[in-house]
Amino acid sequence: MLLNFLDELRSAGIRASLKEHLTLLEALDSDVIERRPEDFYYLARATYVKDEGLLDRFDQVFHKVFNGVFSELGEEQASIPEEWLRAVTEKFLTEEERAKIEELGDWDEIMETLKKRLEEQEGRHEGGNKWIGTGGTSPFGHSGYNPAGVRIGGESRDRRAIKVWEKREFANLDSTRDLGTRNIKVALRRLRRFAREGAADELDLDATIRGTAKQGWLDIRMRPERHNAVKLLLFLDVGGSMDDHVKVTEELFSAATSEFKNMEFYYFHNCLYESVWKDNSRRWSERIPTWDLLHKYGHDYKIIFVGDAAMSPYEIAWEGGSVEHMNEETGETWLKRVVDTYPAVAWLNPKAQRTWQYTQSTQMIRQIMGDRMYPLTLDGLDDAMRALSRKQG
Amino acid sequence: MTQRFSGTENYVATDDLKVAVNAAVTLRRPLLVKGEPGTGKTVLAHEIAKAIDAPLIEWGVKSTTKAQQGLYEYDAVARLRDGQLGDERVHDISNYIRKGKLWEAFTSPQLPVLLIDEIDKADIEFPNDLLQELDRMEFDVYETGERVAAKERPIVVITSNNEKELPDAFLRRCFFHYIKFPDGDTMREIIDVHFPDIQKRLVSEALEMFYKIREVPGLKKKPSTSELLDWLKLLLVEDMPLEVLQNKDPSKAIPPLHGALLKNEADVMLLERLAFMARRENR
Repeated sequence: MLLNFLDELRSAGIRASLKEHLTLLEALDSDVIERRPEDFYYLARATYVKDEGLLDRFDQVFHKVFNGVFSELGEEQASIPEEWLRAVTEKFLTEEERAKIEELGDWDEIMETLKKRLEEQEGRHEGGNKWIGTGGTSPFGHSGYNPAGVRIGGESRDRRAIKVWEKREFANLDSTRDLGTRNIKVALRRLRRFAREGAADELDLDATIRGTAKQGWLDIRMRPERHNAVKLLLFLDVGGSMDDHVKVTEELFSAATSEFKNMEFYYFHNCLYESVWKDNSRRWSERIPTWDLLHKYGHDYKIIFVGDAAMSPYEIAWEGGSVEHMNEETGETWLKRVVDTYPAVAWLNPKAQRTWQYTQSTQMIRQIMGDRMYPLTLDGLDDAMRALSRKQG
Repeated sequence: MTQRFSGTENYVATDDLKVAVNAAVTLRRPLLVKGEPGTGKTVLAHEIAKAIDAPLIEWGVKSTTKAQQGLYEYDAVARLRDGQLGDERVHDISNYIRKGKLWEAFTSPQLPVLLIDEIDKADIEFPNDLLQELDRMEFDVYETGERVAAKERPIVVITSNNEKELPDAFLRRCFFHYIKFPDGDTMREIIDVHFPDIQKRLVSEALEMFYKIREVPGLKKKPSTSELLDWLKLLLVEDMPLEVLQNKDPSKAIPPLHGALLKNEADVMLLERLAFMARRENR
């Protein structure tokens, strides 16, 4: 039973190992918990799950594996909260039936009807299920439905009929969570590489001791301070279709500025051409030639483009294809120049990955980038940072 | 250990938390606690120590903390200086070994609770460097060839704010508990514990207002339990009349003494803007 549970957990993506399993057995063996299903659930959760993002998945697996086991123990004899029943009636009884019952106004009748109704439901869906026989002692012990779908009024603890794991309280912690600034920072941290550069202004104790022992006199050695040596050049697409993605881009930007000391950013529209700008309000008057950037920033800079790559294919492949000005060289030429100059390049796309294949321009840019286009989600960002920090040959 | 942790007079523990703590205490595995800031992660260690009447050894981790510092530090500079001055102490290297918190916990005469606070603040390799030490509860002092081993495995509580991911191998050795934000009932219990004689109605009004503020979309930092407790304390000290809280006029959406709840000027401005918009709609 428990091994089966471990298998189920692993196939649901919770990376529990034998180590945790043995811990759980040890805990059960040394009577850590009282013999209550809830306590067992809590204990199993504390043992197997080490990430709050996986708590909801754990709840689901727990429900799947142990569903029915506990009802066999007669747990359901306990009191059932009224609001829960009300919610269930709404789900399982039709409009007329409810009206009729409400006319009768007798709670016992409602219970009775509900019970019958649930038994019917059970019979229809899983005919011959063994719970029908044993479940007779309690009204709702058949568990053929999923209470997670029923809106339960008020979170009441310790009411035994609603099993805690069925409430799925942690549903919104699952990895679909918002890409907040803090999360982005965590992802960006992958890009950190500490190095000692610059003036030697820190006492190198180890080297001093080694030197002193060797020389026989006090031999002070200094070294430069350690800091994050990653250099980042950010190109941000603004305007047009990017307006929908302002928030997420903003968050990425604010996370990046606080994370990297050596970070420069420039704006472009749709595709990179011969010039970019730093200040959006003066984008027409203060332009910076892209050539200058290629010369100014060494090839150890890591380049990140942020843009939806959604435009007409002409804007990439044709001279004069830009929607805003007459470009003498194609966008493709400019993108290729960047890709050729810098070994570490990534394109972050705020649009959902599944939609990429329907946009020709997205495909083109992805090709130019050498398939280094990543969705602007936590996972995508993680992949991008991993790719950027890989040693470039 | 037959004693079970079931919260203390100052700390309301939910059932799942109790199970996690008891499992960690009985099996002597580290307990890793995560949760929103201000939900009582650090306080938990204090309360466990109080509940089982054990001394608490606190190791606050900073971004510069090294795992070695928890074991011991060899003060080579002091020895070098003494050597130049011809101090007698210099002949015994153990004079220059400074004990760390783990050493202290391992050799404590009474079973201690060791709190490793905010482990995620340190370098990414930090937890890995402590794997063996926490697993076997022993380590070697290379300078003296001494082995420090715990007579009895101490109770270890580790807190994390999730700023860095912790390595799998480390996680496998811990029990894990995520302190979720308390629901209304638990919150009332918590308040009862902290302010036993506060007026019932003041609490319910304040709570209502508090949860409403938490629901305002776009807040940069939602107020948490510790902020609520601070706010209530302020309300008590200021002797705030009940009517002020009951004032449901949407144009006064800014709660009194909001400085205790909102720690971010952008959030205060957001609330003010909402209040302004509510006023305009009413006109």
